[in-house]
Amino acid sequence: MSAGIQQSVPSRAYILNLYHSLLRASRSFSNYNFRDYAYRRIRDSFHQHKNETGPTKIIELVKNAEKELEVIKRQGYLNNLYAVDKLVVEEEINEKKATRFRGDN
Amino acid sequence: MNFISLSRLLTRNFNYNLVSKKRHLNQGSISNLLKRNYTAATVPDQYASTVTVTTPTFITPSPDSLGFEETKVKKTYRPIYLDMQATTPTDPRVLDAMMPYFTQQYGNPHSRTHAYGWEAEKAVEKAREYVADIIGADPKEIIFTSGATESNNMSLKGVARFYKSSKKHIITTQIEHKCVLDSCRVLGEEGFDVTYLPVKTTGLIDLDVLAESIRPDTAIVSIMTVNNEIGVTQPIEEIGRICRSKKVFFHTDAAQAVGKIPIDVNKMNVDLMSISGHKIYGPKGIGALYVRRKPRVRLEAIQSGGGQERGLRSGTVPTPLVVGIGEACRIAKEEMKYDTERVRKLSQRLINGITSKVKDVVRNGDQNAVYPGCVNLSFAYIEGESLLMALKDIALSSGSACTSASLEPSYVLRALGADDDMAHSSIRFGIGRFTTEQEIDLVVDRVVKHVDKLREMSPLWEMVQEGIDLKSIQWSQH
Repeated sequence: MSAGIQQSVPSRAYILNLYHSLLRASRSFSNYNFRDYAYRRIRDSFHQHKNETGPTKIIELVKNAEKELEVIKRQGYLNNLYAVDKLVVEEEINEKKATRFRGDN
Repeated sequence: MNFISLSRLLTRNFNYNLVSKKRHLNQGSISNLLKRNYTAATVPDQYASTVTVTTPTFITPSPDSLGFEETKVKKTYRPIYLDMQATTPTDPRVLDAMMPYFTQQYGNPHSRTHAYGWEAEKAVEKAREYVADIIGADPKEIIFTSGATESNNMSLKGVARFYKSSKKHIITTQIEHKCVLDSCRVLGEEGFDVTYLPVKTTGLIDLDVLAESIRPDTAIVSIMTVNNEIGVTQPIEEIGRICRSKKVFFHTDAAQAVGKIPIDVNKMNVDLMSISGHKIYGPKGIGALYVRRKPRVRLEAIQSGGGQERGLRSGTVPTPLVVGIGEACRIAKEEMKYDTERVRKLSQRLINGITSKVKDVVRNGDQNAVYPGCVNLSFAYIEGESLLMALKDIALSSGSACTSASLEPSYVLRALGADDDMAHSSIRFGIGRFTTEQEIDLVVDRVVKHVDKLREMSPLWEMVQEGIDLKSIQWSQH
Protein backbone atom coordinates (compact mmCIF):
# COMPACT_ATOMS: atom_id res chain seq x y z
CA MET A 1 0.00 0.00 0.00
CA SER A 2 1.99 2.94 -1.19
CA ALA A 3 1.03 6.44 -0.22
CA GLY A 4 -0.47 8.82 -2.75
CA ILE A 5 -2.30 6.15 -4.74
CA GLN A 6 -5.99 5.51 -4.13
CA GLN A 7 -5.88 2.91 -1.39
CA SER A 8 -7.69 -0.35 -1.83
CA VAL A 9 -8.95 -2.51 0.99
CA PRO A 10 -6.14 -4.81 2.07
CA SER A 11 -6.68 -8.50 1.50
CA ARG A 12 -7.72 -10.94 4.17
CA ALA A 13 -4.38 -12.69 3.92
CA TYR A 14 -2.51 -9.44 4.45
CA ILE A 15 -4.55 -8.60 7.55
CA LEU A 16 -4.05 -12.06 9.03
CA ASN A 17 -0.36 -11.80 8.31
CA LEU A 18 -0.28 -8.42 10.06
CA TYR A 19 -2.13 -9.90 13.02
CA HIS A 20 0.38 -12.70 13.40
CA SER A 21 3.32 -10.34 12.97
CA LEU A 22 1.91 -8.16 15.74
CA LEU A 23 1.41 -11.11 18.06
CA ARG A 24 4.91 -12.34 17.33
CA ALA A 25 6.39 -8.90 17.92
CA SER A 26 4.52 -8.55 21.20
CA ARG A 27 6.46 -11.52 22.59
CA SER A 28 9.67 -9.53 22.28
CA PHE A 29 9.08 -7.43 25.42
CA SER A 30 11.28 -8.60 28.24
CA ASN A 31 8.90 -7.01 30.76
CA TYR A 32 6.17 -9.45 31.71
CA ASN A 33 3.43 -6.85 32.09
CA PHE A 34 4.10 -5.12 28.78
CA ARG A 35 4.35 -8.44 26.99
CA ASP A 36 1.09 -9.68 28.42
CA TYR A 37 -0.70 -6.40 27.76
CA ALA A 38 0.51 -6.12 24.18
CA TYR A 39 -0.55 -9.66 23.36
CA ARG A 40 -3.94 -9.27 24.99
CA ARG A 41 -4.61 -5.83 23.50
CA ILE A 42 -3.74 -6.95 19.95
CA ARG A 43 -5.89 -10.05 20.22
CA ASP A 44 -8.83 -8.16 21.71
CA SER A 45 -8.81 -5.33 19.21
CA PHE A 46 -8.60 -7.68 16.23
CA HIS A 47 -11.49 -9.71 17.62
CA GLN A 48 -13.44 -6.55 18.34
CA HIS A 49 -13.20 -5.45 14.69
CA LYS A 50 -13.59 -8.92 13.28
CA ASN A 51 -16.86 -8.12 11.49
CA GLU A 52 -15.87 -4.70 10.21
CA THR A 53 -17.09 -4.12 6.64
CA GLY A 54 -16.60 -0.41 5.93
CA PRO A 55 -13.63 -0.01 3.55
CA THR A 56 -12.44 3.32 4.95
CA LYS A 57 -12.63 1.96 8.49
CA ILE A 58 -10.65 -1.14 7.53
CA ILE A 59 -7.98 0.94 5.82
CA GLU A 60 -7.71 3.14 8.89
CA LEU A 61 -7.46 0.20 11.26
CA VAL A 62 -4.82 -1.51 9.14
CA LYS A 63 -2.83 1.70 8.99
CA ASN A 64 -2.92 1.99 12.75
CA ALA A 65 -1.92 -1.64 13.15
CA GLU A 66 1.06 -1.11 10.84
CA LYS A 67 2.14 1.85 12.93
CA GLU A 68 1.71 -0.14 16.15
CA LEU A 69 3.80 -2.96 14.73
CA GLU A 70 6.69 -0.58 14.23
CA VAL A 71 6.26 0.78 17.76
CA ILE A 72 6.22 -2.71 19.27
CA LYS A 73 9.29 -3.76 17.31
CA ARG A 74 11.24 -0.72 18.46
CA GLN A 75 10.05 -0.79 22.05
CA GLY A 76 10.41 -4.54 22.38
CA TYR A 77 14.04 -4.20 21.37
CA LEU A 78 14.60 -1.23 23.67
CA ASN A 79 12.89 -3.04 26.52
CA ASN A 80 15.30 -5.94 26.09
CA LEU A 81 18.33 -3.68 26.28
CA TYR A 82 17.41 -2.73 29.84
CA ALA A 83 16.04 -6.07 30.96
CA VAL A 84 15.90 -6.80 34.70
CA ASP A 85 15.10 -9.89 36.75
CA LYS A 86 11.92 -11.79 36.06
CA LEU A 87 8.81 -11.28 38.18
CA VAL A 88 7.69 -13.65 40.92
CA VAL A 89 4.56 -14.44 38.95
CA GLU A 90 6.60 -15.58 35.94
CA GLU A 91 8.39 -18.08 38.13
CA GLU A 92 5.03 -19.48 39.25
CA ILE A 93 3.75 -19.70 35.70
CA ASN A 94 6.89 -21.51 34.59
CA GLU A 95 6.62 -23.93 37.48
CA LYS A 96 3.01 -24.68 36.65
CA LYS A 97 3.96 -25.31 33.04
CA ALA A 98 6.70 -27.67 34.15
CA THR A 99 4.44 -29.67 36.47
CA ARG A 100 1.62 -30.20 34.02
CA PHE A 101 4.04 -31.28 31.34
CA ARG A 102 1.98 -33.26 28.89
CA GLY A 103 3.29 -33.12 25.35
CA ASP A 104 2.99 -29.78 23.59
CA ASN A 105 1.30 -27.64 26.25
CA MET B 1 55.22 -31.14 33.56
CA ASN B 2 51.77 -31.61 32.31
CA PHE B 3 50.07 -30.52 35.51
CA ILE B 4 51.91 -27.22 35.73
CA SER B 5 50.94 -26.18 32.22
CA LEU B 6 47.30 -26.97 32.95
CA SER B 7 47.32 -24.95 36.13
CA ARG B 8 48.75 -22.02 34.29
CA LEU B 9 45.99 -22.19 31.78
CA LEU B 10 43.35 -22.18 34.45
CA THR B 11 44.82 -19.59 36.70
CA ARG B 12 44.87 -16.99 34.00
CA ASN B 13 41.10 -16.78 34.10
CA PHE B 14 40.01 -18.32 37.36
CA ASN B 15 42.58 -17.25 39.87
CA TYR B 16 39.99 -15.45 41.99
CA ASN B 17 38.09 -18.51 43.14
CA LEU B 18 40.85 -20.97 43.69
CA VAL B 19 41.15 -23.01 46.81
CA SER B 20 44.33 -24.86 47.42
CA LYS B 21 45.39 -27.22 50.12
CA LYS B 22 49.05 -26.89 49.27
CA ARG B 23 49.59 -23.27 48.48
CA HIS B 24 52.83 -23.07 46.61
CA LEU B 25 53.84 -20.37 44.27
CA ASN B 26 55.13 -21.19 40.87
CA GLN B 27 57.20 -18.09 40.67
CA GLY B 28 59.64 -19.35 38.08
CA SER B 29 57.28 -20.69 35.49
CA ILE B 30 54.82 -17.87 35.53
CA SER B 31 56.88 -14.80 36.17
CA ASN B 32 56.94 -14.09 32.45
CA LEU B 33 53.21 -13.66 32.52
CA LEU B 34 53.41 -11.04 35.22
CA LYS B 35 55.76 -8.71 33.52
CA ARG B 36 53.71 -5.85 32.24
CA ASN B 37 54.82 -2.90 30.31
CA TYR B 38 53.51 0.38 31.54
CA THR B 39 54.12 3.23 29.23
CA ALA B 40 53.34 6.78 30.11
CA ALA B 41 52.61 8.66 26.93
CA THR B 42 52.16 11.97 28.69
CA VAL B 43 55.64 12.00 30.17
CA PRO B 44 58.09 11.57 27.29
CA ASP B 45 61.12 11.16 29.58
CA GLN B 46 59.75 7.96 31.07
CA TYR B 47 58.39 6.69 27.82
CA ALA B 48 60.45 3.56 27.80
CA SER B 49 60.38 2.77 31.50
CA THR B 50 59.15 -0.71 32.34
CA VAL B 51 57.56 -1.72 35.61
CA THR B 52 57.29 -5.32 36.68
CA VAL B 53 54.39 -6.19 38.92
CA THR B 54 54.30 -9.45 40.80
CA THR B 55 51.02 -10.60 42.24
CA PRO B 56 51.49 -12.80 45.30
CA THR B 57 48.02 -14.36 45.12
CA PHE B 58 48.90 -16.36 42.05
CA ILE B 59 48.47 -19.92 43.30
CA THR B 60 47.90 -23.33 41.86
CA PRO B 61 44.49 -24.98 42.17
CA SER B 62 43.82 -27.82 44.56
CA PRO B 63 44.24 -31.12 42.73
CA ASP B 64 40.83 -32.52 43.64
CA SER B 65 38.66 -29.73 42.22
CA LEU B 66 41.00 -28.51 39.52
CA GLY B 67 40.56 -25.07 40.95
CA PHE B 68 36.86 -24.79 40.35
CA GLU B 69 34.62 -24.07 43.25
CA GLU B 70 30.91 -24.48 43.07
CA THR B 71 28.89 -21.61 44.38
CA LYS B 72 25.15 -21.85 44.18
CA VAL B 73 23.65 -18.74 42.66
CA LYS B 74 20.14 -18.07 43.88
CA LYS B 75 18.02 -16.55 41.18
CA THR B 76 16.30 -13.42 42.32
CA TYR B 77 12.84 -12.38 41.29
CA ARG B 78 11.22 -9.00 41.29
CA PRO B 79 8.04 -8.37 43.24
CA ILE B 80 4.73 -7.76 41.52
CA TYR B 81 3.96 -4.07 41.18
CA LEU B 82 0.63 -3.22 42.73
CA ASP B 83 1.08 0.39 43.77
CA MET B 84 -0.42 2.21 40.81
CA GLN B 85 -1.52 5.18 42.91
CA ALA B 86 2.11 5.97 43.71
CA THR B 87 3.20 5.85 40.10
CA THR B 88 2.56 3.84 36.95
CA PRO B 89 5.00 2.28 34.49
CA THR B 90 5.66 4.37 31.41
CA ASP B 91 3.67 2.94 28.53
CA PRO B 92 6.00 1.79 25.72
CA ARG B 93 3.86 3.75 23.24
CA VAL B 94 4.47 6.91 25.30
CA LEU B 95 8.19 6.26 25.41
CA ASP B 96 8.18 5.69 21.67
CA ALA B 97 6.61 9.09 21.09
CA MET B 98 9.14 10.74 23.39
CA MET B 99 12.31 9.20 21.98
CA PRO B 100 12.70 11.46 18.91
CA TYR B 101 12.71 14.51 21.18
CA PHE B 102 15.32 12.98 23.43
CA THR B 103 17.61 12.10 20.54
CA GLN B 104 17.40 14.14 17.35
CA GLN B 105 14.75 16.83 17.73
CA TYR B 106 16.20 18.58 20.73
CA GLY B 107 15.20 22.12 19.87
CA ASN B 108 13.94 24.63 22.41
CA PRO B 109 10.21 25.07 21.76
CA HIS B 110 10.55 28.79 22.42
CA SER B 111 13.19 29.30 19.71
CA ARG B 112 11.44 31.18 16.94
CA THR B 113 14.38 31.59 14.60
CA HIS B 114 15.08 28.07 13.37
CA ALA B 115 13.57 24.74 12.42
CA TYR B 116 14.72 23.01 15.61
CA GLY B 117 12.54 25.35 17.61
CA TRP B 118 9.60 25.13 15.23
CA GLU B 119 9.38 21.36 15.26
CA ALA B 120 9.62 21.29 19.06
CA GLU B 121 6.92 23.94 19.35
CA LYS B 122 4.67 22.02 17.01
CA ALA B 123 5.07 18.89 19.13
CA VAL B 124 4.33 20.82 22.32
CA GLU B 125 1.18 22.32 20.85
CA LYS B 126 0.00 18.93 19.63
CA ALA B 127 0.51 17.53 23.13
CA ARG B 128 -1.39 20.48 24.59
CA GLU B 129 -4.33 19.58 22.36
CA TYR B 130 -4.33 15.98 23.58
CA VAL B 131 -4.23 17.05 27.23
CA ALA B 132 -7.03 19.56 26.66
CA ASP B 133 -9.03 16.98 24.79
CA ILE B 134 -9.14 14.46 27.63
CA ILE B 135 -10.71 16.97 30.03
CA GLY B 136 -12.86 18.75 27.46
CA ALA B 137 -10.93 22.01 27.63
CA ASP B 138 -9.45 24.43 25.12
CA PRO B 139 -5.71 23.96 24.43
CA LYS B 140 -5.09 27.59 25.40
CA GLU B 141 -6.25 26.77 28.92
CA ILE B 142 -3.52 24.18 29.58
CA ILE B 143 -0.31 25.15 31.36
CA PHE B 144 2.50 22.64 31.62
CA THR B 145 4.11 22.30 35.04
CA SER B 146 6.47 19.87 36.71
CA GLY B 147 3.70 17.77 38.20
CA ALA B 148 0.49 17.81 40.18
CA THR B 149 2.24 19.17 43.27
CA GLU B 150 3.34 22.27 41.39
CA SER B 151 -0.09 22.60 39.80
CA ASN B 152 -1.74 22.46 43.22
CA ASN B 153 0.69 24.97 44.69
CA MET B 154 0.24 27.30 41.73
CA SER B 155 -3.53 27.28 41.82
CA LEU B 156 -3.97 27.62 45.57
CA LYS B 157 -1.24 30.15 46.24
CA GLY B 158 -1.75 31.88 42.91
CA VAL B 159 -5.47 32.51 43.29
CA ALA B 160 -5.29 33.29 47.02
CA ARG B 161 -2.49 35.81 46.58
CA PHE B 162 -4.00 37.45 43.51
CA TYR B 163 -7.31 38.11 45.22
CA LYS B 164 -5.93 38.69 48.70
CA SER B 165 -7.10 42.32 48.89
CA SER B 166 -10.76 41.25 48.92
CA LYS B 167 -10.78 37.49 49.66
CA LYS B 168 -9.34 35.95 52.78
CA HIS B 169 -10.83 32.48 53.00
CA ILE B 170 -9.92 29.06 51.55
CA ILE B 171 -11.92 25.83 51.77
CA THR B 172 -10.42 22.38 51.42
CA THR B 173 -11.01 18.93 52.88
CA GLN B 174 -9.25 16.84 55.50
CA ILE B 175 -8.45 14.07 53.04
CA GLU B 176 -6.58 16.15 50.46
CA HIS B 177 -3.10 15.25 49.29
CA LYS B 178 -0.24 16.55 51.44
CA CYS B 179 0.72 19.24 48.92
CA VAL B 180 -2.71 20.88 49.09
CA LEU B 181 -2.79 20.71 52.87
CA ASP B 182 0.72 22.12 53.13
CA SER B 183 -0.03 24.94 50.68
CA CYS B 184 -3.03 25.79 52.82
CA ARG B 185 -0.86 25.77 55.92
CA VAL B 186 1.52 28.24 54.29
CA LEU B 187 -1.38 30.46 53.26
CA GLY B 188 -2.73 30.21 56.80
CA GLU B 189 0.58 31.64 58.00
CA GLU B 190 0.19 34.46 55.46
CA GLY B 191 -3.06 35.43 57.11
CA PHE B 192 -5.67 33.45 55.22
CA ASP B 193 -8.50 31.64 56.94
CA VAL B 194 -8.57 27.96 56.02
CA THR B 195 -11.56 25.67 56.54
CA TYR B 196 -10.80 21.94 56.46
CA LEU B 197 -14.08 20.23 55.66
CA PRO B 198 -14.69 16.94 57.47
CA VAL B 199 -15.74 13.88 55.48
CA LYS B 200 -18.38 11.29 56.22
CA THR B 201 -17.37 7.74 57.12
CA THR B 202 -17.76 6.87 53.45
CA GLY B 203 -15.06 9.37 52.54
CA LEU B 204 -17.46 11.71 50.75
CA ILE B 205 -17.90 15.33 51.74
CA ASP B 206 -21.24 16.67 52.86
CA LEU B 207 -22.50 19.10 50.22
CA ASP B 208 -24.64 20.99 52.73
CA VAL B 209 -21.63 21.55 54.97
CA LEU B 210 -19.71 22.82 51.96
CA ALA B 211 -22.48 25.24 50.97
CA GLU B 212 -22.66 26.55 54.52
CA SER B 213 -18.91 27.01 54.75
CA ILE B 214 -18.69 29.30 51.73
CA ARG B 215 -18.44 32.91 52.86
CA PRO B 216 -18.55 36.15 50.88
CA ASP B 217 -14.77 36.42 51.19
CA THR B 218 -14.02 32.84 50.11
CA ALA B 219 -11.41 32.89 47.36
CA ILE B 220 -11.12 29.24 46.37
CA VAL B 221 -12.49 25.81 47.14
CA SER B 222 -10.09 22.90 46.59
CA ILE B 223 -11.45 19.35 46.63
CA MET B 224 -9.76 16.38 45.02
CA THR B 225 -11.59 14.29 42.43
CA VAL B 226 -10.32 10.82 43.30
CA ASN B 227 -8.61 10.28 46.61
CA ASN B 228 -5.15 8.77 46.35
CA GLU B 229 -5.47 6.51 49.38
CA ILE B 230 -9.01 5.22 49.36
CA GLY B 231 -10.06 5.93 45.78
CA VAL B 232 -13.26 7.74 46.71
CA THR B 233 -14.63 9.92 43.92
CA GLN B 234 -16.19 13.15 45.16
CA PRO B 235 -19.36 14.52 43.53
CA ILE B 236 -17.40 17.06 41.50
CA GLU B 237 -20.33 18.13 39.36
CA GLU B 238 -22.46 19.09 42.38
CA ILE B 239 -19.53 20.81 44.07
CA GLY B 240 -18.85 22.74 40.87
CA ARG B 241 -22.46 23.84 40.69
CA ILE B 242 -22.41 25.09 44.29
CA CYS B 243 -19.16 26.98 43.75
CA ARG B 244 -20.35 28.55 40.49
CA SER B 245 -23.61 29.68 42.03
CA LYS B 246 -21.71 31.37 44.88
CA LYS B 247 -19.09 32.78 42.49
CA VAL B 248 -16.17 31.04 44.17
CA PHE B 249 -13.28 29.53 42.22
CA PHE B 250 -13.21 25.74 42.28
CA HIS B 251 -9.93 23.85 42.07
CA THR B 252 -9.76 20.07 41.88
CA ASP B 253 -6.72 17.83 42.14
CA ALA B 254 -7.50 15.27 39.44
CA ALA B 255 -4.08 13.57 39.37
CA GLN B 256 -5.67 10.20 40.20
CA ALA B 257 -8.75 10.77 38.07
CA VAL B 258 -7.67 11.98 34.64
CA GLY B 259 -7.55 9.16 32.14
CA LYS B 260 -9.33 6.81 34.51
CA ILE B 261 -12.78 8.31 34.79
CA PRO B 262 -14.50 10.59 32.24
CA ILE B 263 -13.90 14.25 33.02
CA ASP B 264 -15.36 17.36 31.46
CA VAL B 265 -14.31 20.66 32.99
CA ASN B 266 -17.27 22.52 31.49
CA LYS B 267 -19.87 20.05 32.63
CA MET B 268 -18.29 19.93 36.08
CA ASN B 269 -17.79 23.70 36.33
CA VAL B 270 -14.17 23.29 37.32
CA ASP B 271 -12.04 26.45 37.22
CA LEU B 272 -8.64 24.92 37.92
CA MET B 273 -7.57 21.31 37.56
CA SER B 274 -4.26 19.62 38.35
CA ILE B 275 -3.06 16.77 36.16
CA SER B 276 -0.05 14.53 36.62
CA GLY B 277 1.86 12.72 33.89
CA HIS B 278 3.20 9.73 35.77
CA LYS B 279 -0.17 8.62 37.08
CA ILE B 280 -1.45 8.03 33.56
CA TYR B 281 1.43 5.88 32.24
CA GLY B 282 3.36 8.98 31.22
CA PRO B 283 6.78 10.23 32.29
CA LYS B 284 7.61 11.60 35.73
CA GLY B 285 8.42 15.27 36.13
CA ILE B 286 5.59 16.62 34.04
CA GLY B 287 2.11 17.76 34.91
CA ALA B 288 -0.44 20.21 33.71
CA LEU B 289 -2.77 22.79 35.13
CA TYR B 290 -6.06 23.69 33.57
CA VAL B 291 -6.86 27.39 34.10
CA ARG B 292 -10.29 28.53 32.91
CA ARG B 293 -10.41 31.52 30.56
CA LYS B 294 -14.15 32.17 30.58
CA PRO B 295 -14.94 33.34 33.24
CA ARG B 296 -11.33 34.17 33.65
CA VAL B 297 -9.32 32.90 36.60
CA ARG B 298 -6.35 35.05 37.44
CA LEU B 299 -3.27 33.75 39.18
CA GLU B 300 -0.17 35.29 40.63
CA ALA B 301 2.77 33.38 39.16
CA ILE B 302 5.09 31.73 41.66
CA GLN B 303 8.04 31.48 39.31
CA SER B 304 9.47 34.57 37.61
CA GLY B 305 11.40 34.35 34.37
CA GLY B 306 11.06 34.34 30.62
CA GLY B 307 7.28 34.44 30.65
CA GLN B 308 6.63 31.04 29.07
CA GLU B 309 3.20 29.41 29.44
CA ARG B 310 1.34 32.75 29.44
CA GLY B 311 3.69 34.05 32.10
CA LEU B 312 2.25 31.68 34.67
CA ARG B 313 5.05 29.19 34.62
CA SER B 314 8.36 30.54 33.37
CA GLY B 315 11.08 28.13 32.38
CA THR B 316 11.75 26.17 29.21
CA VAL B 317 9.00 23.69 28.48
CA PRO B 318 10.55 20.18 28.47
CA THR B 319 9.56 19.01 24.98
CA PRO B 320 10.09 15.23 25.43
CA LEU B 321 8.14 15.13 28.68
CA VAL B 322 5.34 17.26 27.29
CA VAL B 323 5.11 14.98 24.26
CA GLY B 324 4.99 12.10 26.74
CA ILE B 325 2.08 13.47 28.76
CA GLY B 326 0.29 14.36 25.54
CA GLU B 327 0.65 10.86 24.15
CA ALA B 328 -0.32 9.38 27.53
CA CYS B 329 -3.52 11.45 27.48
CA ARG B 330 -4.27 10.46 23.89
CA ILE B 331 -3.85 6.76 24.71
CA ALA B 332 -5.79 7.09 27.96
CA LYS B 333 -8.72 8.62 26.11
CA GLU B 334 -8.63 5.98 23.41
CA GLU B 335 -8.27 3.10 25.86
CA MET B 336 -10.49 4.39 28.65
CA LYS B 337 -13.36 2.01 27.97
CA TYR B 338 -11.10 -1.01 27.61
CA ASP B 339 -8.99 -0.13 30.65
CA THR B 340 -11.97 0.66 32.88
CA GLU B 341 -13.62 -2.62 32.01
CA ARG B 342 -10.47 -4.54 32.75
CA VAL B 343 -9.57 -2.75 35.97
CA ARG B 344 -13.09 -3.33 37.26
CA LYS B 345 -12.85 -7.03 36.48
CA LEU B 346 -9.48 -7.41 38.17
CA SER B 347 -10.58 -5.38 41.16
CA GLN B 348 -13.60 -7.61 41.59
CA ARG B 349 -11.39 -10.67 41.32
CA LEU B 350 -9.07 -9.33 44.00
CA ILE B 351 -11.81 -8.34 46.43
CA ASN B 352 -13.79 -11.53 45.96
CA GLY B 353 -10.67 -13.64 46.25
CA ILE B 354 -9.61 -12.08 49.53
CA THR B 355 -13.00 -11.67 51.19
CA SER B 356 -14.06 -15.22 50.37
CA LYS B 357 -11.06 -16.64 52.19
CA VAL B 358 -10.36 -14.13 54.97
CA LYS B 359 -12.79 -12.93 57.61
CA ASP B 360 -12.98 -9.41 59.01
CA VAL B 361 -11.74 -7.50 55.99
CA VAL B 362 -13.18 -4.04 55.48
CA ARG B 363 -12.94 -2.04 52.30
CA ASN B 364 -12.42 1.61 53.14
CA GLY B 365 -14.40 4.25 51.31
CA ASP B 366 -17.86 4.45 49.81
CA GLN B 367 -18.64 1.28 47.87
CA ASN B 368 -20.64 3.10 45.20
CA ALA B 369 -18.36 6.07 44.63
CA VAL B 370 -14.97 4.43 44.57
CA TYR B 371 -12.56 4.10 41.67
CA PRO B 372 -12.13 0.31 41.22
CA GLY B 373 -8.38 0.56 40.57
CA CYS B 374 -7.75 1.65 44.16
CA VAL B 375 -8.66 -1.02 46.69
CA ASN B 376 -7.96 -0.03 50.28
CA LEU B 377 -8.52 -2.94 52.64
CA SER B 378 -8.25 -3.07 56.41
CA PHE B 379 -7.37 -6.46 57.85
CA ALA B 380 -8.60 -6.43 61.43
CA TYR B 381 -6.31 -7.60 64.26
CA ILE B 382 -3.07 -7.40 62.32
CA GLU B 383 -0.81 -4.52 61.57
CA GLY B 384 -0.59 -3.25 58.03
CA GLU B 385 3.14 -2.66 58.22
CA SER B 386 3.88 -6.21 59.33
CA LEU B 387 1.70 -7.57 56.54
CA LEU B 388 3.59 -5.37 54.08
CA MET B 389 6.85 -6.82 55.36
CA ALA B 390 5.52 -10.36 55.01
CA LEU B 391 4.27 -9.70 51.48
CA LYS B 392 7.71 -9.19 50.07
CA ASP B 393 6.68 -10.66 46.73
CA ILE B 394 4.32 -7.75 46.15
CA ALA B 395 5.10 -4.05 45.95
CA LEU B 396 2.37 -2.44 48.00
CA SER B 397 1.85 0.51 50.25
CA SER B 398 -0.27 1.21 53.27
CA GLY B 399 -1.13 4.67 52.00
CA SER B 400 0.38 7.61 50.23
CA ALA B 401 3.95 7.19 49.00
CA CYS B 402 4.86 10.56 50.50
CA THR B 403 4.08 9.34 54.01
CA SER B 404 5.09 5.71 53.60
CA ALA B 405 8.26 6.26 55.62
CA SER B 406 6.36 6.97 58.82
CA LEU B 407 4.53 4.38 60.86
CA GLU B 408 1.75 6.81 61.75
CA PRO B 409 -1.68 5.65 60.62
CA SER B 410 -2.97 7.43 57.56
CA TYR B 411 -4.61 10.78 58.23
CA VAL B 412 -7.09 10.03 55.47
CA LEU B 413 -8.42 6.96 57.26
CA ARG B 414 -8.44 8.90 60.53
CA ALA B 415 -10.55 11.60 58.87
CA LEU B 416 -13.00 8.89 57.86
CA GLY B 417 -13.45 8.17 61.53
CA ALA B 418 -11.76 4.78 61.35
CA ASP B 419 -10.59 3.35 64.64
CA ASP B 420 -6.89 3.44 65.26
CA ASP B 421 -6.54 -0.31 64.87
CA MET B 422 -8.34 -0.31 61.54
CA ALA B 423 -6.30 2.64 60.30
CA HIS B 424 -3.14 0.80 61.29
CA SER B 425 -4.16 -2.37 59.46
CA SER B 426 -4.91 -0.89 56.05
CA ILE B 427 -3.23 -1.80 52.78
CA ARG B 428 -3.76 -0.18 49.41
CA PHE B 429 -3.84 -2.29 46.25
CA GLY B 430 -3.44 -0.31 43.04
CA ILE B 431 -4.57 -2.00 39.84
CA GLY B 432 -3.72 -0.60 36.45
CA ARG B 433 -3.54 -1.13 32.72
CA PHE B 434 -0.71 -3.64 32.88
CA THR B 435 -1.93 -5.78 35.77
CA THR B 436 -2.73 -9.38 34.86
CA GLU B 437 -5.07 -12.05 36.20
CA GLN B 438 -2.14 -14.25 37.23
CA GLU B 439 -0.74 -11.44 39.31
CA ILE B 440 -4.05 -10.91 41.09
CA ASP B 441 -4.33 -14.63 41.80
CA LEU B 442 -0.84 -14.71 43.26
CA VAL B 443 -1.58 -11.65 45.39
CA VAL B 444 -4.77 -13.23 46.73
CA ASP B 445 -2.87 -16.42 47.54
CA ARG B 446 -0.08 -14.61 49.38
CA VAL B 447 -2.36 -12.22 51.25
CA VAL B 448 -4.56 -15.05 52.50
CA LYS B 449 -1.55 -17.08 53.57
CA HIS B 450 0.15 -14.27 55.46
CA VAL B 451 -2.98 -12.85 57.05
CA ASP B 452 -3.73 -16.29 58.47
CA LYS B 453 -0.18 -16.66 59.72
CA LEU B 454 -0.06 -13.22 61.32
CA ARG B 455 -3.45 -13.67 62.94
CA GLU B 456 -2.33 -16.96 64.43
CA MET B 457 0.46 -15.05 66.12
CA SER B 458 -1.74 -12.17 67.21
CA PRO B 459 -3.00 -12.16 70.79
CA LEU B 460 -5.87 -9.90 69.73
CA TRP B 461 -7.11 -12.47 67.26
CA GLU B 462 -6.95 -15.15 69.97
CA MET B 463 -9.02 -13.00 72.30
CA VAL B 464 -11.59 -12.35 69.62
CA GLN B 465 -11.84 -16.06 68.93
CA GLU B 466 -12.50 -16.59 72.63
CA GLY B 467 -15.34 -14.12 72.44
CA ILE B 468 -13.79 -11.16 74.25
CA ASP B 469 -14.94 -7.77 73.03
CA LEU B 470 -11.76 -5.80 72.40
CA LYS B 471 -13.55 -2.49 72.90
CA SER B 472 -14.31 -3.42 76.52
CA ILE B 473 -10.67 -3.88 77.45
CA GLN B 474 -8.96 -1.13 79.41
CA TRP B 475 -5.48 -1.18 77.92
CA SER B 476 -3.98 1.38 80.23
CA GLN B 477 -4.88 3.45 83.22
CA HIS B 478 -5.83 6.97 82.34
